[in-house]
Amino acid sequence: MIDSLHVRPTRRQLLRMAVGTAVLSGITSAKAAAAPLDFDDLYGKIGVLGLEFSAKTKALNGAAVTMRGFMAPPLKAESDFFVLTEIPMALCPFCSSDSDWPDNIVVVYLGQKQTFVQSNAVITATGTLEVGSWTDPQTGFVSLLRLRNASFALA
Amino acid sequence: MRKSLLVLLSTALLSGTAFADTIYPLDRATILAGSPFDFKIEFDGVVKKDDVKVLVNGEDYKTVFGKDATFVEKEDGAQGSALIVRNVALSKPGAYKVVAGNKSVAWDVFGTSATPKVKNVIFLLGDGLSVAHRTGARIMSKGVTEGKANGRLNMDDLDRMAFIGTSSTDSIAVDSANSMSAYMTGHKTAINAIGVYADRTKDSFDDPRVETIAEALRRTGGKAIGIVSTSELQDATPAAVVAHTRRRADKAEIAEMMFKVKPEVVLGGGSAYFLPKSTPGSKRKDDQNFVEMFKQEGYQLATDKTELANAAKSNSGKVLGLFHTGNMDTLLDREFLKKGTVSAFPNQPGLVDMTKTALEALSKNKDGFFLMVEGASIDKMSHPLDWDRAIVETIEFDKAVGVARDFAKSNPETLIIVTGDHTHGLSIIGTIDDDKPGTDMRQKVGTYAEAGFPNYADANGDGYPDTIDVTRRLAMFANNYPDYYETFRPKMDGPFVPAIQNEKKDYVANEAYKNVPGAVLRTGNIPRDADSGVHAVDDVVLQATGPGSELFHGYMEESDVYRILADALALGGPKS
Repeated sequence: MIDSLHVRPTRRQLLRMAVGTAVLSGITSAKAAAAPLDFDDLYGKIGVLGLEFSAKTKALNGAAVTMRGFMAPPLKAESDFFVLTEIPMALCPFCSSDSDWPDNIVVVYLGQKQTFVQSNAVITATGTLEVGSWTDPQTGFVSLLRLRNASFALA
Repeated sequence: MRKSLLVLLSTALLSGTAFADTIYPLDRATILAGSPFDFKIEFDGVVKKDDVKVLVNGEDYKTVFGKDATFVEKEDGAQGSALIVRNVALSKPGAYKVVAGNKSVAWDVFGTSATPKVKNVIFLLGDGLSVAHRTGARIMSKGVTEGKANGRLNMDDLDRMAFIGTSSTDSIAVDSANSMSAYMTGHKTAINAIGVYADRTKDSFDDPRVETIAEALRRTGGKAIGIVSTSELQDATPAAVVAHTRRRADKAEIAEMMFKVKPEVVLGGGSAYFLPKSTPGSKRKDDQNFVEMFKQEGYQLATDKTELANAAKSNSGKVLGLFHTGNMDTLLDREFLKKGTVSAFPNQPGLVDMTKTALEALSKNKDGFFLMVEGASIDKMSHPLDWDRAIVETIEFDKAVGVARDFAKSNPETLIIVTGDHTHGLSIIGTIDDDKPGTDMRQKVGTYAEAGFPNYADANGDGYPDTIDVTRRLAMFANNYPDYYETFRPKMDGPFVPAIQNEKKDYVANEAYKNVPGAVLRTGNIPRDADSGVHAVDDVVLQATGPGSELFHGYMEESDVYRILADALALGGPKS
């Protein structure tokens, strides 16, 4: 595990950590069978009056999926969740509140709390897909799509 | 220093006087006669209510305001007491002196002409509009031959002008929230604040309020109100027409405040804050559905350019146009490159379409209207140093100015104001010529005589260059930036993202541009937590035409502009 922000892990360490988390949370078998899901696949319709999840997203609700993307700058250095984005995020000076995130994000809830390192590179996150609006009681963060019991690794 | 403090303290103890730290409205405030505001005094330490003595022009404040204060012995998150009187008004114009202990402030309560000078006001704000944006728009849109512009912008022929100082109560710098707030309330305030003075408590909704122009119009007469922006409708500039918060990021609440005022015409982006949280894409944290609520109030809903054209014909004169969940795309992306989020929102109207519809709908009101039009993406593209998009946005903004001028031709009782809320550190220094020899882009920058003239073409005469990616284009550079790769070229694949945040929360150059031929790394000259270019402190140029515009001259503050607006609309005139 990574104990501190000052330690920059190697790719191997990161991978080991990801696998370890997967084992701990008991989703190793799910991971092997995880269905790939692309950001482009998430929504069937994007409109002014709301988004509609794609048939694929709806079908995978509750199933193990794996997604590629970027880890957005974490809200806190140590946390049990982070935001997975399609492209690297650059936040504007006034976008400090969670409400300014783009639509095409997935919140990744990890099997356990970790200290993050922003690798500025593509990562793969694997977990159980959860579809539908949900407000995190701890942070107030509203998300539409989540990966539960997730792990991540450099892609 | 310590000694004098001791002396002061002992004096206070002896006399039992409570020492005031800050009095709101602040010293030198200009206050529209009859307009409601919150009066607040913050004390350095905990004081007793009985020790608090507040005189307004020598009289007890309770007599002058006609009500008693709420006294807070120890404010949340502060070490001292506070005295608050909400919603007071001073109907008699003149100089007021407020004394609380050793502290005093002077207020200028101003009246206005008794009868309106104008029926309509069109207030066009180019967000971040700087001199270089205008120059760039003129050169790109009209061209220059032998030292003379080949044509004029609509802005170029407005009659009157003034330099506007944009500094804040807490800084020489400014942001779009408190700058527009000063224009729309007549009170300067702190960065990020809208419709309030910024007090010391954490709560962003308890700060001392001042009246917005929309509220003043509702209080004094029957004018219609319109808000048009290419940004989210909850963004700082449109918000400042109607809202009150210390924190411009309170967008869900701002949507609610906008509904409370119910401007007759509301056109822009940001539908995510109008949708209940149960709807995917919503950014609300409650179940309020403002789209439905506006519809129930008789608003015609438009969600794209086609529906907007139809909505203009509605008889109610009430239109809600929502064209994007977030900020609308730029003209360059909408009409030319089809980048940004245009594939998801392919039929967005532009600022010109929205301004036309707004004028059509608002002019149905026999009492006239106040319309605010914001060219938001001049700023939104200047922050990430995407100068080509910012200049094309300026051309579009200027076309909206043209729509306003056409309206004023047939409706001469119309005051038009065109201004910015702050500037950017942008300058045009010459051209970049791809045909100069070699691969070193720096050597292709032409200055002085070497700059010559750019070769933009406008074959169809629509005012926009047929392509911005010409071989001899404007050399536009910022004087401040984070680390980024300078490519010396327009960003044809979508808006520029110069820097990316790393795990230390520092912004580093976005590697996506590293391999653009000729790209060079520029090391930033502003703090590493800055993601993009920042606002400049330079003055803004305001231009105006129509009745009342003769009052614009020389150097003015945004708060002085409100005074001219209030005078033209007779917002402080005696009640009939």
